[in-house]
Amino acid sequence: MSIYAIFNNLPALLVVVPLLLSPIAALIPIGRLAWVVALVGSGVSVIVAILLCSVTASGIRITYFMGNWPPPWGIEFVVDSATSLTVMVMTTLAFLATLFAGRALSAEIAAKDVGKAYSAWLLACGGLYGLVMTADAFNLFVFLEISALASVILIALGAGRDRRALIAAYNYLVIGAVGATFYVIGVGFIYAVTGSLNMADLADRIPEVEAGSIVFIGFGFMVAGMLVKAAVFPVHIWLPAAYSYAPSAVSTLLAAIATKAAIYVLARIVFTIFGGVPEVTALALEWVVVPLSIAGIFGGTIMAIYERDLKKMLAFSSIAQIGYITLGIGIATGAGIAAGFIHIGNHALIKGGLFMAVGGIFLATGSRVSVMSMTGIGRKMPLTATAFLICGLSLIGLPLTAGFISKLYLVRALLDNDNLVIVGLVLASSALSVMYLWKIVEVMWVRPAPVDALEINERPALYIPLWIIAIANIWLGLDASWLVGAAEAAAASLLGAGG
Amino acid sequence: MMNEAPLAVILAENWNYLVVITLMMSGLFIVISRFNLVKKLVGLSIFQTSVFLFYISVGKVAGGTAPIITGDPDTLYSNPLPHVLILTAIVVGVATTALGLALVLRIHAAFGSIEEDEVLAMKAEDGLPRVRRILEQQGDRLGDRQEQAGVEGEAEK
Repeated sequence: MSIYAIFNNLPALLVVVPLLLSPIAALIPIGRLAWVVALVGSGVSVIVAILLCSVTASGIRITYFMGNWPPPWGIEFVVDSATSLTVMVMTTLAFLATLFAGRALSAEIAAKDVGKAYSAWLLACGGLYGLVMTADAFNLFVFLEISALASVILIALGAGRDRRALIAAYNYLVIGAVGATFYVIGVGFIYAVTGSLNMADLADRIPEVEAGSIVFIGFGFMVAGMLVKAAVFPVHIWLPAAYSYAPSAVSTLLAAIATKAAIYVLARIVFTIFGGVPEVTALALEWVVVPLSIAGIFGGTIMAIYERDLKKMLAFSSIAQIGYITLGIGIATGAGIAAGFIHIGNHALIKGGLFMAVGGIFLATGSRVSVMSMTGIGRKMPLTATAFLICGLSLIGLPLTAGFISKLYLVRALLDNDNLVIVGLVLASSALSVMYLWKIVEVMWVRPAPVDALEINERPALYIPLWIIAIANIWLGLDASWLVGAAEAAAASLLGAGG
Repeated sequence: MMNEAPLAVILAENWNYLVVITLMMSGLFIVISRFNLVKKLVGLSIFQTSVFLFYISVGKVAGGTAPIITGDPDTLYSNPLPHVLILTAIVVGVATTALGLALVLRIHAAFGSIEEDEVLAMKAEDGLPRVRRILEQQGDRLGDRQEQAGVEGEAEK
């Protein structure tokens, strides 16, 4: 087998490597070794993603036929610029989360479970990568469930520290399964009228379908299912508990990559599968996705302001940030979709960093991190707290941080569309998000630490991945040309694919 | 053709879809309305099963036989693809139900209840409700237990 054979199989490798390493990790009784396996798996994924990016950067659309069965009969993987950008963001963040997990995960769960935890970890990653790359509507459902079931296991592992993690995992399982089933119902309707499951094939056949109402119903079910998976307001109910009771490393992984994959699939459904029938999608985007995004931006921010538990606060803020992404995608212009994709990358960085910082503080202080328990942490754990601050400022969208670039492009896209009211709402919500972050910054830096506070040693294993993310936040704030270019190419390829 | 036949006839001819809709709605209703975690999973299974029936109904070709090659070129076959898809979906459904039941077992062990409203009302480190009830009836020792819980119960503050 020559080196070229490996290159030809890159899309498959991204899914196969984590899935194959997963059972190996489960069989390893030593937690440290299982972590190395997971690290190798996620490291290989990053390399594959970089190679995929370098190929798609020249405008090539990679297609891969599973088992050499040509579409529309076989399952096809398609990697275009939108896919490679999403995969790049996901693999990088998953790698950093795995790096962080080395110490964080083994500190939070029983030693005998560590190997199995990494098995579920790899399964979740592999499932999410497959979800993004597959071009088969039904295969997508299978990857959706692989990643969902693995995520449920990971969330339930938080039960060692807080038994409410079990309820959170159960609710995620049930709500996620309902969402996935909605998606399958939609696929069933579309299959019934087109007889195909391949996305490109569907895009060709759907405009020719006579029964417009069935297409509309199928579209509605598929989008509704994905909105549940992406935790778009008001079907976000599963998210706050799932993120806040899961082990810190798991929160980091899921917050960074899980909902992003669902949002990407949402964009695929709207612009690729149903790209040929804009009259169907425009209605849903204009009257469902955009209003829900704005409701989510405000709902999430306001809930975050009133929340005292730090992980839950970040989870609520995730709902608001998901709102920004879906808002960008919802305006359905090239600039809007590009803004959405820029924020997919930036929010993964921001929220990954914030959850890592909270995880580090949680592991150092040993108790659930509430706003009050952060008192004086700024002086006790300067490295972690500074990184938290950088990511927090990025979340607000301060200039010189990655978050600013997201907001800038989102506002610019909205202005192009003359959506002045929405621009005002976006800016107002940014101002609101200052409120909950300032609350933390105040207790962290301004108030003195309690006299009886313990000495805290910051561990390099915990703050190194955190600082990589913090520096990336600043770097992308200063020079976002790569991300912006990739996002614009992604938007062009999404809009171009559907005609 | 749809407009010519009366509604009742259309419904009677497509009774399998009526079954699908009934199962789908009752399953979803159970998931939403029940507090019992096992009943919720039962509802979820019914909901998923309705989708299986939907796919299989779609795959049936009127007058078609099972898709096994008969050698006769005039044979009309049903579409086998939806059946294969549903085979996959059944496996996914089984995995979901199994994982859900495993979680319910763990929830019962940790909380002593599988009623969602009771469980949600409990804090991170409350004693098991059944144990608490027995202790309250006995009227003693509860104080000791609460003191213990207070020492461990940092999580909620």
